[in-house]
Amino acid sequence: MTRTLKTTYVLIILALLLAPLVVVAAVSLNGPQTLRFPPVEPSSRWYGELFRQSEWLVPLRNSLVIAACAAALSVVIALPLALYVWQRRGVAAKALTGMGLAPFALPPVISALGFMIFWMTLGGYGQIYATIISHGVFLVTLPLVTISLGLKGIDPLLIEAARVMGGGRWVVFRTVILPLLIPYMVSGYAFAFVLSLNEYIIAYMVAGFTVETLPIKIFNALRYGYTPILAVVSVIFAGLSALIFGLIGRFGNLPRLLGAERITRD
Amino acid sequence: MTDMPSQTAAPRWLGLWPAAMLTLFFLAPFGIMLAVSVAHRDVSGFYEWGFEWDSYARFLSVFFAKVMAVSLSVSLAAAAICVLLGFPFTVFLSAMGHTAQTRILVVLLSVLALSEVIIGFSLSTLLSQTAGIGNLFHWLGLIPEPRAYTPSLFALIAGLCYIGFPFAVLVLYPPVSRLDPELIEAARVMGASGPRAFFGVIIPNLRGAIVGAFILVFVFTLGSYLLPQLLGRSEHWTLSVHITDQAIYQSNLPFAAAMSVFLMLVALALVGLASLAGRERGAA
Repeated sequence: MTRTLKTTYVLIILALLLAPLVVVAAVSLNGPQTLRFPPVEPSSRWYGELFRQSEWLVPLRNSLVIAACAAALSVVIALPLALYVWQRRGVAAKALTGMGLAPFALPPVISALGFMIFWMTLGGYGQIYATIISHGVFLVTLPLVTISLGLKGIDPLLIEAARVMGGGRWVVFRTVILPLLIPYMVSGYAFAFVLSLNEYIIAYMVAGFTVETLPIKIFNALRYGYTPILAVVSVIFAGLSALIFGLIGRFGNLPRLLGAERITRD
Repeated sequence: MTDMPSQTAAPRWLGLWPAAMLTLFFLAPFGIMLAVSVAHRDVSGFYEWGFEWDSYARFLSVFFAKVMAVSLSVSLAAAAICVLLGFPFTVFLSAMGHTAQTRILVVLLSVLALSEVIIGFSLSTLLSQTAGIGNLFHWLGLIPEPRAYTPSLFALIAGLCYIGFPFAVLVLYPPVSRLDPELIEAARVMGASGPRAFFGVIIPNLRGAIVGAFILVFVFTLGSYLLPQLLGRSEHWTLSVHITDQAIYQSNLPFAAAMSVFLMLVALALVGLASLAGRERGAA
């Protein structure tokens, strides 16, 4: 196959992936309360509407608070886990890695039901902190993977050198390991943040009736009919994800973060 | 272990904190769920602790067999399509320059991270009567009247492919990008044509990775909860939808927990198979 054909194939698939989003972006510009394509009487009225209606502002705030706290919690669990497992090969290290990776390998509804029954038993059901902790634990996998990748890239000689010069564990960690890990912690945080923002089933089953997040709000609103405001929220979410991943790609090495080893920055 | 430094960089007690957190908030919920799955259903809404197999016995019904058949076949179809389209995509992608790769990965990640509810909404708009491809076909003169293509089995599988495709590419990406380019170069030098090198060298070398990716995408789409409700009809509801329905609307936690345990065993077995398939590649 020639180069042109390959590029065409890739571009066609990307176009298919973007098609629904393009239609939704266009639909969000409808003036009246209708979902027509192409839009009628184009205006940006619904974008303003979103930030005026408290029925949308409250879920938006909930989502942002949950995502920010849950992502922080997942990094706070993943960092010591990654550090502990690094350079260790015992049963404990294997079990910890397995526990850190498991939530992501299973269909999320399983974790969601587990969390729901757990919080019902313990009494946090319906509370925002229950959603935060559940998301934080569920998303541990992401920072765990990025931080482990960062640790793999650290030259052991560098640490040996720091130690020979008299640095204790804490000093070596603070002055050598941590600065090298920060980009990986930031991208792990960003991954977890975006996924928490978009997560539905766990948030719904843990506290869906009292703590409405934006995806829950959208789903509830869908039952009462489709309005351009749903399209507006979708556009903002897609844009926010693209922005965050774009920043990681701009300032980090995205291909390497996702597992390519052969690639170097050009 | 001679390759280890004289002293590990992290003290042993550091493992206690993540171990405690994951045991409390991940293992404990699973343990409680296991216990609830054999508990007795209390008609008032919750459950009484006990030990009975009643909830598991309900698996032996025609209803449950149908739900399983729908869940499995819909996800199998979506996983097959995703890997079929995603594999060549990943091979072409990994041959591109750093900047192009980064841009395409940003698109894939953004689509992957999108909430299912947004994907369901976008696709149902795209397939709707007023804003969708039905309009386009009508305008092109292919169909006499604009029509909606949702809810339908087609819409559901399209939706599952939409969430599964970026996942398939990202799972295939590490093994594909690690494949030695010299291998393909050698095949080309020896006179193999492009397609011949693709089917004769690239695919056999990555067979394990392809099988692994297929299984992981299968498990991933099996977990879809909102798309069957937004894009399919009620007979297309998957196991995930029924679990939530039982837990929240039918207030039958023991049955929901039993279904969840069953789904977990299926998923664990499949993920185990996937990692075996991935390992086979290393041995080859």
